[in-house]
Amino acid sequence: MDSKRVINVPFKREQVDGLKSGDYVYLTGTLYSARDAAHKRLFDSIVDAESSIISSEKQVIGMDGTALYEKGILPLDITDNIFYYLGPTPAKEGQVIGSAGPTTSSRMDKYTPLLLSKGLVGMIGKGKRSKEVIDAIVANKAVYFAAVGGAGALLSKCIKKSEVIAYDDLGTEAIRKMEVEDFPVIVVIDSQGNNLYETAVEDYNSSKTVR
Amino acid sequence: MVGNMRTINTDIIIDTVKDMCIQANLFLAPDMEERLRQAAADEDGDLGKQIMNQLMENMEIAGSEKIPICQDTGMAVFFVNVGQDLHIEGMNLTDAINEGVRQGYTEGYLRKSVVADPLIRENTKDNTPAIIHYDIVPGDKLTITIAPKGFGSENMSRVFMLKPADGEEGVKAAVMEAVKDAGPNACPPMVVGVGLGGDFELAAKLAKKALTRDVNSHSEKEHIARIEKELLEMVNSTGIGPGGLGGKTTALAVNIETYPTHIAGMPLAVNMCCHVNRHVTKEI
Repeated sequence: MDSKRVINVPFKREQVDGLKSGDYVYLTGTLYSARDAAHKRLFDSIVDAESSIISSEKQVIGMDGTALYEKGILPLDITDNIFYYLGPTPAKEGQVIGSAGPTTSSRMDKYTPLLLSKGLVGMIGKGKRSKEVIDAIVANKAVYFAAVGGAGALLSKCIKKSEVIAYDDLGTEAIRKMEVEDFPVIVVIDSQGNNLYETAVEDYNSSKTVR
Repeated sequence: MVGNMRTINTDIIIDTVKDMCIQANLFLAPDMEERLRQAAADEDGDLGKQIMNQLMENMEIAGSEKIPICQDTGMAVFFVNVGQDLHIEGMNLTDAINEGVRQGYTEGYLRKSVVADPLIRENTKDNTPAIIHYDIVPGDKLTITIAPKGFGSENMSRVFMLKPADGEEGVKAAVMEAVKDAGPNACPPMVVGVGLGGDFELAAKLAKKALTRDVNSHSEKEHIARIEKELLEMVNSTGIGPGGLGGKTTALAVNIETYPTHIAGMPLAVNMCCHVNRHVTKEI
């Protein structure tokens, strides 16, 4: 393995091309937690706003993430930000956050293409994504990382600050703004659409055949 | 006839359940821990090795700093054996178990992952109700097994209503189909619980019960023990590996539980569990 590669987050969209499927990297900077219930609210907020705009015919459809935030439709500007699919355990006194590993990403697939089209640049989760999501990752130049599922205690140590910034009533499913340091992830689907879940197993199996 | 019976109060059940919830979520059972360590040492996939090392480190931190091993501290699933010569006083037994869950998940800083209605989806905020399977057994003891179940792997579980003609090959093909579909989603290295026989719902219950069995154990039935070993080898030859990113160990064990079934059928359930296969048993 190469020496530790640290990526500052969020990053500019142009940097996405430097992240290749299979890269093992450490993220330092700001991430936002969002899982099932928060995704549904973000998605519904955008869809409701856009359909009301169409019916009133006052504005053109197609606001970007920044416009959606400035108009108060979304509680944060998702532009160039990264969502971590996470619902942590409660923090004890003196802890920043409780156990904090990734949840299964496929449940967010229904909502993801729209969020990517509004500026979201990256996602951290675990497990397979749908074809629609992979196409949207390529079309919008985004990236999908996996964190190690079931390593919640270890990953919690990389989160240095955590603050609920929206949907507080959702409890563990609220949106949190988190400062992370050396948060270990693997690039699974890169902006070219390469998918490590397909290639890694093939590579491993062919290496066994050669030996 | 109560005079011949042993009597316990539900207070002790509440306290026991509370402690079991916390213990199960902070410490892996010794059999699981040992098997996981062995798999980490044996792993030869490049990414697989790194992932196993992270899992080992995670387990150390969870135990020493009292942080749940995984943030999905699960729905609280119980298998409760009630001795028929036991008299329980205090409150209703189911209410007592739920009270233990409420206290354990609150005082233990465990995640509240239960919604009251599957469609309305409002969190019950105390991880109740639990899922409780009762059996009436001989004796005057109460034996409680808790298996907090995360849903990353639960979602990848399957029921197959196989035909008698499908035979052993059909069983193996169905288990392999479930394992391959689960892939990285079930957080491998996984434990595969299989329920074979009974009817539709019993097969599923047996599959869950199979997950609470020691990962080093085998079925007492010779042909089932053989199928367990063969299936484990087949699962591990997929190369799915830790995290689904390629490696030697895709599953730590395949445990099969069986029950007699109908002449017309062969129900098969596959209950997937991640590497955080938690189970604690206490006898009162």
